Amino acid sequence: ILKNNLGMADAGVAETLLRRIEKADGGVDSLEVASSLGVDHQVVVGAVKSLQALGDLISAEQRSSKRWELSEEGTEIAEQGSHEARVFGSIPLDGLAQSELMKLSFGKIGFSKAMSNKWIRLDKAHEGGPRIFRTVDSIQDQVREKLVLVQKGSSSQLEEKDRNELKKRKLLSEVTVKSYWITKGSSFSTTITKQETELTPDMIANGSWKEKKFKPYNFEAMGVAPDCGHLHPLMKVRTQFRQIFLEMGFTEMPTNNFIESSFWNFDSLFQPQQHPARDAHDTFFLSDPALAHEFPQDYLERVKKVHSEGGFGSQGYKYDWKIEEAQKNILRTHTTAVSARMLYKLAQQKFTPVKYFSIDRVFRNETLDATHLAEFHQIEGVVADYGLTLGDLIGILHQFFTKLGITKLRFKPAYNPYTEPSMEVFSYHEGLQKWVEVGNSGVFRPEMLLPMGLPEDVSVIAWGLSLERPTMIKYGINNIRELVGHKVNLQMVYDSPMCRLES
Amino acid sequence: MPTVGVKRDLLFKALGKTYTDEEFDELCFEFGLELDEITSEREIISREQGDSKASGASDVILYKIDVPANRYDLLCLEGLVRGLQVFKNKLEAPRYRRVSPVSGEPQKLFITKETAAVRPHAVAAVLRNITFTQERYDSFIELQDKLHQNICRKRSLVAIGTHDLDTISGPFTYTAKPPGDISFKPLNQTKEYTATQLMSLYKTDSHLKHYLHIIEDKPVYPIIYDSNGVVLSMPPIINGDHSKITLKTKNVFVECTATDLTKVLLRGEPNMLSSCSLELAYRKEKLSSEFINQKVGINESTEKIAQLLTKMCLRSQATGVGDEIEVEIPPTRSDVIHACDIMEDAAMAYGFNNVPHTTPRTYTVANQFPLNKLTELLRQDLAAAGFTEALNFALCSEEDVADKLGKKISETRAVHISNPKTAEFQVARTTLLPGLLKTIASNRKMPLPLKLFEISDVVLKDETKDVGARNSRRFCAVYYNKSPGFEVIHGLLDRTMELLEVKSARVDGYHIQAAEDSTFFPGRCAEIFARGKSVGRLGVLHPDVINRFELTMPCSALEMDIEPFL
Repeated sequence: ILKNNLGMADAGVAETLLRRIEKADGGVDSLEVASSLGVDHQVVVGAVKSLQALGDLISAEQRSSKRWELSEEGTEIAEQGSHEARVFGSIPLDGLAQSELMKLSFGKIGFSKAMSNKWIRLDKAHEGGPRIFRTVDSIQDQVREKLVLVQKGSSSQLEEKDRNELKKRKLLSEVTVKSYWITKGSSFSTTITKQETELTPDMIANGSWKEKKFKPYNFEAMGVAPDCGHLHPLMKVRTQFRQIFLEMGFTEMPTNNFIESSFWNFDSLFQPQQHPARDAHDTFFLSDPALAHEFPQDYLERVKKVHSEGGFGSQGYKYDWKIEEAQKNILRTHTTAVSARMLYKLAQQKFTPVKYFSIDRVFRNETLDATHLAEFHQIEGVVADYGLTLGDLIGILHQFFTKLGITKLRFKPAYNPYTEPSMEVFSYHEGLQKWVEVGNSGVFRPEMLLPMGLPEDVSVIAWGLSLERPTMIKYGINNIRELVGHKVNLQMVYDSPMCRLES
Repeated sequence: MPTVGVKRDLLFKALGKTYTDEEFDELCFEFGLELDEITSEREIISREQGDSKASGASDVILYKIDVPANRYDLLCLEGLVRGLQVFKNKLEAPRYRRVSPVSGEPQKLFITKETAAVRPHAVAAVLRNITFTQERYDSFIELQDKLHQNICRKRSLVAIGTHDLDTISGPFTYTAKPPGDISFKPLNQTKEYTATQLMSLYKTDSHLKHYLHIIEDKPVYPIIYDSNGVVLSMPPIINGDHSKITLKTKNVFVECTATDLTKVLLRGEPNMLSSCSLELAYRKEKLSSEFINQKVGINESTEKIAQLLTKMCLRSQATGVGDEIEVEIPPTRSDVIHACDIMEDAAMAYGFNNVPHTTPRTYTVANQFPLNKLTELLRQDLAAAGFTEALNFALCSEEDVADKLGKKISETRAVHISNPKTAEFQVARTTLLPGLLKTIASNRKMPLPLKLFEISDVVLKDETKDVGARNSRRFCAVYYNKSPGFEVIHGLLDRTMELLEVKSARVDGYHIQAAEDSTFFPGRCAEIFARGKSVGRLGVLHPDVINRFELTMPCSALEMDIEPFL
């Protein structure tokens, strides 16, 4: 971190450094400056950085060089002499008992070295125990002399053989030193003017900003994140889908009823009572309140009849339709249950064409994995009008998906108990280079519409898709749990961009 | 959606044409099928059981094809090939009929009244003069299994038994007996078992254990004998070993027992070899080409539409009376129950992707659902107020909405789910607070303070509604930091009321007053009143609540109904 102002000690070094640079030819090396000033190299480095922060006063290029340094033991020898020299020095003219010598810290190593240098001898047979005597009058402590050379920074005067010998004895080591080669910058000066960090109200008031120098900004750094709240990405996508439907003139259905009777969720849609979707494996049933207790009675009778006996041009499913099955309360498995309620309501008035949509939660008691949860949001669009055709459904699907930025569509025949024809909608995914399913659609069966009381020449077309899937694709999320539910990563919520579905 | 696995080369041989994978995929798509996977036996075993088990397995290419749930007639290689060949105009739709045996009387199956207590219906048929190859035999067995899994609803509605007719002698009797009185050698076993012993034997059988429940608790079990008392089968569990079919079998006796008479009559067995079902009733329907043109949005001649339908195995011809078409519905197409089903087949044969796009001229003015409109507007402004939106599950455990908040489940008015697979789905939430606290617990590494909100529905029991429950739209917010920050949450309430144009006033506006609530720290909870009605609460959470949600910092919260502000 750069300090705004140079500290007093630093300022001294920095000014000295600037004067040296002024005098030097070419430039100066930070290591040399440190050794000649007798300060730690880090102090000079600090001064370099402080000066760099002031603009183009200096320019500094980092260099690395190798250097020999004394080890802890080597430093001790440079100061006090080699172990063998210290052994020699501690032996008086009349000799020293070997046992006494061995008590000294340097005794053991120094003894063998001094012996091999033939500076001393050992009289094993001496009266009173083995005794050591000098064999020469004086010695030259070459090890110490060499280490002192290194300590002074003149290791280049040593022969390589010597350096290796000392390295082997772990008295020396070679280290890499980072230093700066410092030269004059484009606005070089030997005086340091204090730079202001920020413009202040005072400066504006008294005009002093005109004379001040301002510290340059670091435009590479990120700004401070604004203190704000964020909308959830799935809800941002929901908002866009609502917007699309509203732009297309669709009215929003009241889907705020998660608990639904099997009657409205299945029977009214002509989904037979033994249909596998009505198994406990797929649907959440309620134990409390277990049953729904109010139905439009006439309509219920017509539904019962069309299932069990047929009618309205249909053979029916021909089975024993049971009210007990229809009464069972469930967590709705699709928002189409609400569409059924809305179409029934519509049929009770003089018919006028409608366009409806909804986006809300639905529930499936399914096996969970990375892309499936027990609840998800279903997007649904419904159009009821006289004489609608399959071509109309295809046309409106093109319009809807174009608003999502999806233009390449194709349709696959499919099966759904309450639509006929039923079409799966596929779009060409440029990234995956294949056709992927993006939704389901169809024309509601007469067995669903006519018992409600809708006019015979009214057709109802509808389509649906999940909200989670396009959101996961849009925001690049692979695991649905990272998107929906309490395991969400809030950082992802904070960072997610706005949702623009391009058309 | 059922998936049929067929050997690619056999399929192409039967189709009389070799396709590339892409071409075949395209053909499937047009016909409403999906080429789901291209694989081999070795690949499947290696994926499911590891590479070591797969060595030696076949490398023959398999196509896994998804068939729509209504097309029982396409559930085997033979059925698929026939459907596609007719679709491609290479074959005429077959005509199924019942034939009497060349010599002798037709076989008879008598049904006794005892079966009424367990499985009241049965039909039977005989397939004569057939020649099995290993492939045909495998396909026959697999078709039977596919039918069991799909239209027969895992044997609960219908169970099919097939027998070598030459090992048994009619007439046959379908009856029901107490399990202790039934004893026979079942398929692939070496000794006789009583029905009671069989039920315990199959408890551990990975395949059969799924069907035991269908009859387990009944006083009598269904059983079929031949005239010599040989057991053919104990439906819907297992056949006898005596009459099992082999590659050498020439004549197959088929029996179907059922709880649903319509389904047993509709069952689509005849596809494969020759006709067999009890009644192979063809039905005739008349409709106009105008009806089809109008519903699909095309303009084709009556003759062309008759041709399109014929391509879909629905033999059709123009009757010459106006634009009338007579359509014959084969017994294999039990899904055709209304003129709209015929219309769909015409559209498929025409090609969905060839139908011209049109735009409905339906003129409407869009309206938002007022509650959702309010929610949308409020969400934007709450985010602008510095709170981040969370999105939690509507389902949760009883503990989440009760014990953890220091409440009793009986006080919550929660609706209960009868068949949750795990505790996470025991109830629909009655409060948004647990979800927000769990969101914080999963994000404890995030910098403080954490300020979250959610606007969503909770579900409450309500006897005035037809289903006995209703949604309630709530707004919940929490502030989680080193200090409780009641003033922050209180400030958010003030801001929310400002947004809703409710002023701070005792009578006409909103105010808060001290309240007791076990979720909150004593003396740190207040009730929110708007225009004299209680709409929610706010306060500092009780330390026990904070602990139960595995949190460590003080936390203040607000939860209120927004429906009163509509």
